[in-house]
Amino acid sequence: MSISMLDDGVEQPLKAREVIKRHSLPVRLTHWVNAAAIFVLVGSGLNIFNAHPQLYWGNAGDEYDRPWLAIHAQHTAHGTRGVTSLGPLHFDTTGVLGASRWHGQDIAHAWPAWITLPSFQDLADARHWHFFFAWLLVANGALYLLWSLGSRHLQRDITPTLADLKAIPRSVLDHLKLKHPTGEAAKRYNVLQRLAYLGLIVLVTGMVCTGLTMSPGINAIAPWMLDLFGGRQSARSLHFVFASLIVLFIIVHLVEVVLAGPINEVRSMITGRYVVPKEH
Amino acid sequence: MALITRRSALIGAGVGGGLLLSGCSDITRIDKLTGSRSFQRVLAHAEDWTRASQRFLQGGGSMAREFSAADISPHFKANGTLQPGGDDYAQHAEEGFANWRLQIDGQVARPLSLSIDELRRLPARTQITRHDCVEGWSAIGQWTGVQLGLLLKAAGVAPAAKYAVFHCADNLLGEPAKGGVQSPGQYYESIGLVDAHHPQTLIAYAMNGRPLEVAHGAPLRLRIERQLGYKQAKYVQRIELTDSLAGIAGGRGGFWEDRGYEWYAGI
Repeated sequence: MSISMLDDGVEQPLKAREVIKRHSLPVRLTHWVNAAAIFVLVGSGLNIFNAHPQLYWGNAGDEYDRPWLAIHAQHTAHGTRGVTSLGPLHFDTTGVLGASRWHGQDIAHAWPAWITLPSFQDLADARHWHFFFAWLLVANGALYLLWSLGSRHLQRDITPTLADLKAIPRSVLDHLKLKHPTGEAAKRYNVLQRLAYLGLIVLVTGMVCTGLTMSPGINAIAPWMLDLFGGRQSARSLHFVFASLIVLFIIVHLVEVVLAGPINEVRSMITGRYVVPKEH
Repeated sequence: MALITRRSALIGAGVGGGLLLSGCSDITRIDKLTGSRSFQRVLAHAEDWTRASQRFLQGGGSMAREFSAADISPHFKANGTLQPGGDDYAQHAEEGFANWRLQIDGQVARPLSLSIDELRRLPARTQITRHDCVEGWSAIGQWTGVQLGLLLKAAGVAPAAKYAVFHCADNLLGEPAKGGVQSPGQYYESIGLVDAHHPQTLIAYAMNGRPLEVAHGAPLRLRIERQLGYKQAKYVQRIELTDSLAGIAGGRGGFWEDRGYEWYAGI
């Protein structure tokens, strides 16, 4: 298939297109390993969450304490209802959170079977998935960071410049108008991209650190992590909050890929080759 | 490019829709993979990596955090067995555990049999620590007991021994898993000798200043503070020193380990 057929713009002769190598091999490899690891970690993490679907702040918290987030099934005269409580607020989330249907059966899981990994409730299996892919995420992330620092990819391509920061308002406006950079501007990450990718690095680091802070073995090695996050149950809550923000990042990321031209974008992350959108 | 072409929107919708449609069969495939023994063996490597790295970083004697009396949870959730069945245990409870014996045997030079009173006369350690259930909740309690290392020194652990196995008085039901319910069984646990000799590893007989309640493991339970709640065996009757876990119950070193959980529960 020729590049002209893959491009999503108006058909033009091949010689008129500018094709650049956008993503280096280390970026492409670590991107896909990271994507797979996060997919497994979110699914298995929600299965683990279901073993105790309440979140607290502080060192301790069990069924006698007041959670800030709780997802439960309630048995009422009108059948099993799913109730999600955020502080003093209660929401009926039947069908999705607390009580849902799976293969024609009503199940009282906090997160529904179709989103957890494995789909059936099994804390032991979910933990095996979670910790294996957590190691993969850490190893992959470490390789990415080492390479990015060494090759100056992080400093050059991802850290915003002063000019970038000044252009934030305009970039926000461009994004709202769904206007994507063309020509020379399309060859580099724009400021919102840079901030989003930096934010993702911070969030994944935060995920790993809050995850480790839930480990009693790590607590004995680095008790300061308990102080950093405000205790083990706070770390568990932040682990969930950071994961939610990562899911939010993924949603925005995928929407942007679709808006910017999915074939050109996905191909550039697989082969590295990117057709620079032409200026109008 | 200022406008989204109709083509890119269609492609986007197509890719998204395809992912959603493939979702259902993928879930079944992932569930099948989860059940496969060879895949489980791959995932099990993570436990070795975690144990090796935590052991390496813990060095000799890194300690679990100890809290102040103000931090003690007003209600400490009791989990697992709350009331062991059987006439023997009922009889012991009625007698205030006056005739309960803790046996220490197996690969030791001098097998021991100690009453609760004898244990109470030994040097005691009191610590306020956090208990972390594998399910995710935590509670803080104060524990008083004899350091296990002291008892092991008295018994004289044979050089070949690698594990301390805790045999308990309770028979526990499994939990819902894999769409069914696991088999019941006699509770037991095991730890390595590094943890057995750790200063915070106790055979505890008191909680929050009072003798252990039945729901919390009366009259004796294990406290091993750098691991999760299911390692903290309750109703301990016998400690067996051994060089292999293979011949005991399911062979994986504990009630929950035999039902799929990690033997090393430091995470």
